[in-house]
Amino acid sequence: MAREAAIVGVAESDLGVVAPKTVLQLQAQAAKAALEEAGLSFRDVDAVFTATSDWSWGPSMLLSEYLGVRPKITDSTNIGGASFEAHVGHAASAIALGRCEVALITYGSTQRSLASRTLGRPGPASYTEQFERPYGPPLPVGAYALAARRHMYEFGTTSEHLAEVSVATRKWATLNPKAYKREPITIADVLSSPMISDPLHLLDCCLVTDGGGAVVVTSLERARDLRKPPIRVLGHAETHTHMTISNMPDLTRTGAAITGPTSLAMAGVKHDDLDVVEIYDSFTITVLLTLENLGFCGRGESGEFVSGQRTAPGGDFPMNTNGGGLSYCHPGMYGIFLLIEAVRQLRLESGPRQVPDARLALVHGTGGVLSSAATCVLGRD
Amino acid sequence: MIEYNRPLPVPDGDTKPYWDAAREHRLVIQHCADCGLAVFYPRAICPHCGSDRLHWVDASGRGTVYSYTIVHRAPVGFTDAVPYVVALIDLEEGVRLMSNVVDCTPSDVQIGERVEVVFEDVTPEISLPKFRLRRV
Repeated sequence: MAREAAIVGVAESDLGVVAPKTVLQLQAQAAKAALEEAGLSFRDVDAVFTATSDWSWGPSMLLSEYLGVRPKITDSTNIGGASFEAHVGHAASAIALGRCEVALITYGSTQRSLASRTLGRPGPASYTEQFERPYGPPLPVGAYALAARRHMYEFGTTSEHLAEVSVATRKWATLNPKAYKREPITIADVLSSPMISDPLHLLDCCLVTDGGGAVVVTSLERARDLRKPPIRVLGHAETHTHMTISNMPDLTRTGAAITGPTSLAMAGVKHDDLDVVEIYDSFTITVLLTLENLGFCGRGESGEFVSGQRTAPGGDFPMNTNGGGLSYCHPGMYGIFLLIEAVRQLRLESGPRQVPDARLALVHGTGGVLSSAATCVLGRD
Repeated sequence: MIEYNRPLPVPDGDTKPYWDAAREHRLVIQHCADCGLAVFYPRAICPHCGSDRLHWVDASGRGTVYSYTIVHRAPVGFTDAVPYVVALIDLEEGVRLMSNVVDCTPSDVQIGERVEVVFEDVTPEISLPKFRLRRV
């Protein structure tokens, strides 16, 4: 039987505004902390996974060089914010085949300090972009707004439904000292926040912060001898359906419809078995689309599903328990932080925001403009 | 003349016939000689069947709004235009493209509205296909 994989270390770097730290410093800081909590060191690392669209054309090479690591498996797969859930799957597959022992997955961004985040850049539009950027879509938010508008049209979803997600997620952030935004907000606050790309308001959108993170994966066998309780990688799946929003076949059907059932089947787990879910929340509509495409509710039912603060602390569907990309941190590609939070919940380390006796978690990353999807099902050993 | 400071398409080996036609105020798409389906954006291989027998055909220029957003926070180059409509248009031929719905107040745009192509000559080389509401 193939070797199983387990997550044995997780850590964030400094978050928020980190200048003058660099993306390499952030990843080194997070990686060192994640390895040390497992009782491992950089000498043990033989597989390196990282992703970026801005700091290197060969990020796994640059990072390995910086850290003094010569990997047997090197992977710079960039599918946007879902990259790190995909990396966990790739690492688990490599571990199952015996091609590596200790996989280090990292991310870092200083987008806030650099003020590099824009809604679009000037200059000529090449390849498939020539059919979008001349029309001025503010990206990525405009693409998500197109999906939100379509969901409203097909299913009667409202701005209040979307706001439920912002408000519930902020409640979790109030319980997380590392969260960037911790003052409670109301549905009225969301609806009265400035319109960015109709129907999405400012408070439907994730933060723009700096930050980095690291996740360490090894074989379950080895994990059982390390410092932290192993968190098993029970299921994983990835896909992408398009690159540009014009080419998304159906604005309300995402790749989660593929990766959800596939990863749950691999894990032998049903929706009702899950104790906590961490769902990429680049925008509130991302969460609604993901919930229904993963199969937690029927098509078009996600607005009702999240109503009444069901996903907030004390609700019966604990979701985005660190405060999410909406309120905790969002350094451009957020997916690694979903994994970090799920692991801490499953280790029962989450203090005031701990979901009681959490044993099984689902983590779902979304990248690009609803373009990529990657799901991991994680469980306590 | 005011300098045009918005992103311009860069016609390439796949797309030059499209932009050449647009300059003549014709909207063209590709049609697959093997599977019979329409293809947009232009490319060398049919994404439906893998055929390389794609031919240019004139589109009717008519379609419907599949979805839209009214932009309030705009990218560089577009800030003077807010609020404006970015829409996904389903053409009668069965392909979807992004464009602006123009010559209307943004709140007039709804999903399912019928639209027709108009061309905006933004530089001597480039004309952008845009759409206006088609009211009977």
